[in-house]
Amino acid sequence: MSRAIGFLTRRKGGTGWDWTDVFTFVWLGAAVFIMFGPAFWLVMSSFKSPAQLSEFPPTLLPYEAQTVEVAGYDRPLPLFSVTDEAGTRTLAEVRRVGTVAQMVDPENPAEVQRINIANRTPVRAVGFSWGNYLDPFLRFDFLTYTKNSIFVTGVATLITLLTNSMAAFALSKYEFRGRGFVVVLIIATLMIPLSVILVPLYSIVSGVGLINSLWGVILPTVATPTGVFLLRQYMLTIPDELLEAARMDHASEWQIYWRIVLPLTAPALAVLAIFSVVWRWNDFLWPLIVLSRQEVYTLQVGLNAYAGELNVQWHYLLAMTVITMIPVVLVFIFLQRFITAGIAGTGLK
Amino acid sequence: MTGVKGVLGAVVAAPLGWLARLLDTPLRLWQRLAGQNGMVAFFLLPNMAIFTVFVLLPLVINIAYSMTTGAALFLPERTYVGAAQFERLLRCTDYTDLMTCQEDQFWIALRNTGTFVVLQVSLLIVAATITALILNRALRALSFWRAVFFFPVLLSPVVVGLIWRWILDRNGVLNAALVGMGMDPVNWLLERNYAFSAAIGVTIWAHLGFFALILLAGLQAIPRDLYEAAEMDGTRPARVFWRITLPLLMPNMLVVIVLALIRAVQVFDEAYVLTGGGPGTATLFLTQYIYEVGFASLLKNPGLAAAASILMGGVLIVLTLLQLALGKRNERRGKLK
Repeated sequence: MSRAIGFLTRRKGGTGWDWTDVFTFVWLGAAVFIMFGPAFWLVMSSFKSPAQLSEFPPTLLPYEAQTVEVAGYDRPLPLFSVTDEAGTRTLAEVRRVGTVAQMVDPENPAEVQRINIANRTPVRAVGFSWGNYLDPFLRFDFLTYTKNSIFVTGVATLITLLTNSMAAFALSKYEFRGRGFVVVLIIATLMIPLSVILVPLYSIVSGVGLINSLWGVILPTVATPTGVFLLRQYMLTIPDELLEAARMDHASEWQIYWRIVLPLTAPALAVLAIFSVVWRWNDFLWPLIVLSRQEVYTLQVGLNAYAGELNVQWHYLLAMTVITMIPVVLVFIFLQRFITAGIAGTGLK
Repeated sequence: MTGVKGVLGAVVAAPLGWLARLLDTPLRLWQRLAGQNGMVAFFLLPNMAIFTVFVLLPLVINIAYSMTTGAALFLPERTYVGAAQFERLLRCTDYTDLMTCQEDQFWIALRNTGTFVVLQVSLLIVAATITALILNRALRALSFWRAVFFFPVLLSPVVVGLIWRWILDRNGVLNAALVGMGMDPVNWLLERNYAFSAAIGVTIWAHLGFFALILLAGLQAIPRDLYEAAEMDGTRPARVFWRITLPLLMPNMLVVIVLALIRAVQVFDEAYVLTGGGPGTATLFLTQYIYEVGFASLLKNPGLAAAASILMGGVLIVLTLLQLALGKRNERRGKLK
């Protein structure tokens, strides 16, 4: 305990409390709350039943109303705790008429009591509505959306790594006419965002017949200038002597690329792979435009469509939001080092 | 990690290795026939073909699109109208009243985006700088604190939008907290100014960690002995900040500002999921305008959308050139870490 207090009250320099120390504590404390709080709240809410989600004020934990089987009634009856002149007791509700509920004692089902609903509160215990997670997969198309998202992410990342590394290899290890031009061309388009070329891109993708196809989502994204740029910068640091030595040993150019350059570029490839997975998993605007049929929706587009309905079914929507979040959170937990290093080093995102 | 590596090795690397060996013989033949230039062409071809078709070509024909009219999708079927689309976008009878503009939605989107860029970028930069300064105070458990701020950066914009839509709901947890403190609940997403502030706040929440990280890298590159020297001279902390920290952080700071500007100009995903551009047109931004005009509305007008995207692209090109120039300068000075 004293160590914990010692840790919490540790200050810079150790010469009394400075206002900057106080400010640091306030800032970091608020950050934990503001940064983690919303995601935590999302997860908690995703386990609540529809009735509980519409409650105000909301409870932190998900609760489930308790029910009881009563002889003479064919369905389980909800339990209530009743407090009135006759004292406090637990009764089951048979039916409700206006502000009066007809209730029975589970021990003595024959006698029906009339209770004002102001005098009772439902009996409930912490319980998780797993159905929020299961139903969208069983009854709706979320399984398809998930499969589509995984396909797009996986295939796009593989193609990105392969084509970008091949181009980066050519642009870093060979002297040829027009090399400078190609490099400048790629750098110049580094920051051209999709939103600037939406209309012509749509017409091209439509022209090659890829509207409402997952390939229409994949192909425009894979030739990332960022990837070529990043990999080329890294390959430039690989000494040419290595390649020359391999040529002496009659290695083909393809083998040099595959066996020598690619393995040496592994750290940069890892960074690009991680970013590509996150980018493609999170892509929204372009899939939204290309995919207009339900069976090709990705998770992001599916979620948006679901959130745009007139009667938003929040209990399903929140659960599916959690599912959509999981891969990225896993990437974050296990690969944070690579990501932070990648961003700090290159300004990539 | 070894487990992940093992699985990836078996599922991805092994088949690819097999494919690579299969390609070796035909490629040796090609190398003999076409020489080194042939191999260069082979290595460049896949990426450059995709790049040309899906990035360069659209860039070029976007200009052509902006000079045509009609609902037809393919360029040859469209009618040439010259600069009419730009004229339609930019013409107003009275420039002090946006409602008199022919394309008032565009002007509203432009005004919203401008306001958003100024407010969001300045607040974001201040918050990111404070965060980076605090993270640079040799904290214990730095990687944990870095993770706290960085966590939302990777979340998808749709997820971010939905998380906050749920919190800011009329019956959401934020209003519950307000009521709990004896205040009146607020219709966060249904009142113009609140919805606009929410769009700013949520995008800052989502991107703060990214910019703080770049600034932190800059701070960590400042030599410690400068601070030690200042301490020996008894320099006041505020003076240390203005005279040492800020000037030496400037290269990273400028890059961060330009990057933040480039992102803010294109704001779409989070805001669209959060508010859908509403209430009314309170959070209608340029990218959403382009999306609506080009794709979502009943009266699609690809030419008008292309013209609007070219205007937006112009702003972005200026910002990008600025960034490249700054990057060049930093490289020369060798300061950017």
